[in-house]
Amino acid sequence: MSDTSRRTVFKAMGATLGAGAFARAIAPIVEWTEDLSLDQLLQRHYKELGRDELQVVLRELERKTAEDYGTSVSIADPRPTPGVSFGYALNLTMCIGCRRCAEACHIENNHDRATDNSYIRVLEIDKGTVNLSRATADYDGPVPKADKYYMPVQCHQCDRPPCVNVCPVEATWKEADGIVVVDYDWCIGCRYCEAACPYHARRFNWTKPQIPAEEINPDQAYLSNRIRPQGVMEKCTFCLHRTRRGELPACLEACPTGSRVFGDLNDPASEIRWVLENKRVFVLKEDLGTLPRFFYFFDE
Amino acid sequence: MPAPSPLSHARSYPGFLWKALGVSTDGGWPFYSWMTVLTALMLVGVNAWAHQVVGGMALTGMNDHVSWGLYIANFTYMVGLAAGAVMMVIPAYLYDDRKMHDVVIVGEILAIAAIVMALAFVTVDIGRPDRMWHMMPVVGRFNWPISMLTWDVVVLSGYLLINLHITGYLLYQRYLGRKPDKRWYLPFVLLSIVWAVSIHTVTAFLFSGLGGRPFWNTAILAPRFIVSAFVSGPAFIILALQVIRRVTDAAIPDGPIQTLVKILRVTILLNLFLVGSEVFTEFYTGSSHGASATWLYLGLHGGDALVPWIWSAIALNVTAAGLLLTSRPSSQLWRIDLACVFTFVGVWIEKGMGLIVPGFVPSTLHELVEYFPTELEWRIVVGIWALGLMVFTLGIKIAVEVFRDRMHVDAQGAQVEA
Repeated sequence: MSDTSRRTVFKAMGATLGAGAFARAIAPIVEWTEDLSLDQLLQRHYKELGRDELQVVLRELERKTAEDYGTSVSIADPRPTPGVSFGYALNLTMCIGCRRCAEACHIENNHDRATDNSYIRVLEIDKGTVNLSRATADYDGPVPKADKYYMPVQCHQCDRPPCVNVCPVEATWKEADGIVVVDYDWCIGCRYCEAACPYHARRFNWTKPQIPAEEINPDQAYLSNRIRPQGVMEKCTFCLHRTRRGELPACLEACPTGSRVFGDLNDPASEIRWVLENKRVFVLKEDLGTLPRFFYFFDE
Repeated sequence: MPAPSPLSHARSYPGFLWKALGVSTDGGWPFYSWMTVLTALMLVGVNAWAHQVVGGMALTGMNDHVSWGLYIANFTYMVGLAAGAVMMVIPAYLYDDRKMHDVVIVGEILAIAAIVMALAFVTVDIGRPDRMWHMMPVVGRFNWPISMLTWDVVVLSGYLLINLHITGYLLYQRYLGRKPDKRWYLPFVLLSIVWAVSIHTVTAFLFSGLGGRPFWNTAILAPRFIVSAFVSGPAFIILALQVIRRVTDAAIPDGPIQTLVKILRVTILLNLFLVGSEVFTEFYTGSSHGASATWLYLGLHGGDALVPWIWSAIALNVTAAGLLLTSRPSSQLWRIDLACVFTFVGVWIEKGMGLIVPGFVPSTLHELVEYFPTELEWRIVVGIWALGLMVFTLGIKIAVEVFRDRMHVDAQGAQVEA
């Protein structure tokens, strides 16, 4: 055998070995993609889907949820009501830091049970300061404590949202009623929005959410509380599946102190308008120019 | 010689690629061993990544507080290394340094390898690699020009294409035994100089544009990125040129190495100066915006994960500066080499983890959650470094074979007819 042909045989053996080893190394992904349909892979952006196409997507999502989670759900797509612009205000004098809002959010929005996720984080702050470096979200014991006050933080639905600007694929945007939403089927999971948000309002699905069938809230919407896929961003949507039908957000209904005020900023008779016009109102990190729609206020 | 017809390229270019493939898979035992090691490490990385895609990013040490980690740290560093290669291109083409001109292709191949690595680091960081196409203009929804990330996609892929073109063109012409036509590469070379600055500027803007992250939200970030790129780039090339001289028969004169040492002596001090300026502002003002820097350098509320790392980086960079300024490249090259290793690692810490992680600690709500990369993340990182080294090795190998005239076009079909 000549030297050249020996080399060729040697190379072919090397290439075969390499290809075999590569196939073994990548095998987990190959199995995983078998579960991924071509329609899913090629699904277009929410805004590009026609009404009929969207219906097909919604039914498919319902079928998939039933298959994966063992319960039947209905996934709707409520749209913004023309002329409505949502705002939210929170009374810091009254909030007692019980975190029932965070718990209600956890249940309403079908959050992963293992990580106890919620879109709301309640901070316990020393009285006498508004400096967040003197706050903690990690507090225990009976509340309220005499020397503390409490500040729940969730998405501020900014009118100049840094998270929307940074998204490379327009997977997140601001709707006509002021709510910032995510197309969970379009997000690529780069987490740039999570880095850009000054309010720690965004969450990533580090793994596939796990929820027992009997605990799943079946009343779902495409842009809000349907169970999110693994590897994409999610956030508070002011419970748009409720509020766009005239109901109140779950966190508001859960609040035992009545600290939370939600409504249409365009309606002069609304309670939210009364609060904004009559209370000492502020927004968090106003200096960043994000123009939040989430306001904090104190009683006189 | 008459101008070759396009048809002749249709014949000779595939031949060029085929021979390049042959050269890439041919060598002595040291070459085969090196390639086997790199392949094995790459496969370890591929396997780890496959598990990550299936199991989710929960397998990493990242979380909703520290949402970028080791991958983005390495990505940032690699963009710098790619930009740093321009420190060969400028002397070679703008100052007509003939000796540098002869070896400048090393810098261009480094740029290619580093960009490939940077792109790989971004790919492993995203949660849904199956949706990568959403970023493609026209078929996807490319949020350009608002999102800095889309700018980064444009400049990084552009830089890759420019360098592939320059390297490919020069090698192909040499392969054909022709003198390269300046019109076909000089404009691209000049463009690549501006473009190199742009890639690291845009990567800095990615971070510095975020108002909610005071540690990054500083105008000095882009200059800091550029300067440290001009440290890590030359440091790597100085070492690489000596390795190439040893393991191949390529003619590598001392001149380019000495030029790069001269550059490094200045940029390494500039880098320390900029770090110092940043540290002064963070600590002297005493505002709560300095909390991240305090955590990084001194520890905060009991958290001090990066303190030993950042002080190691400073010690490495200061020692490297001392060595560079007190050693003669002609007689004390080993001291220069030591300095290059030190600063290559020092900048990797400082402009890698030391830059990315403190942006998240404390979080925007001032919660202090620390980040520790998992073993899986390290495996993926090692795999991508192996990939980069393989691209670099093969690029250099092909270039050496072409420039030593061992890889050239068959004498115009003469062999076929005979």
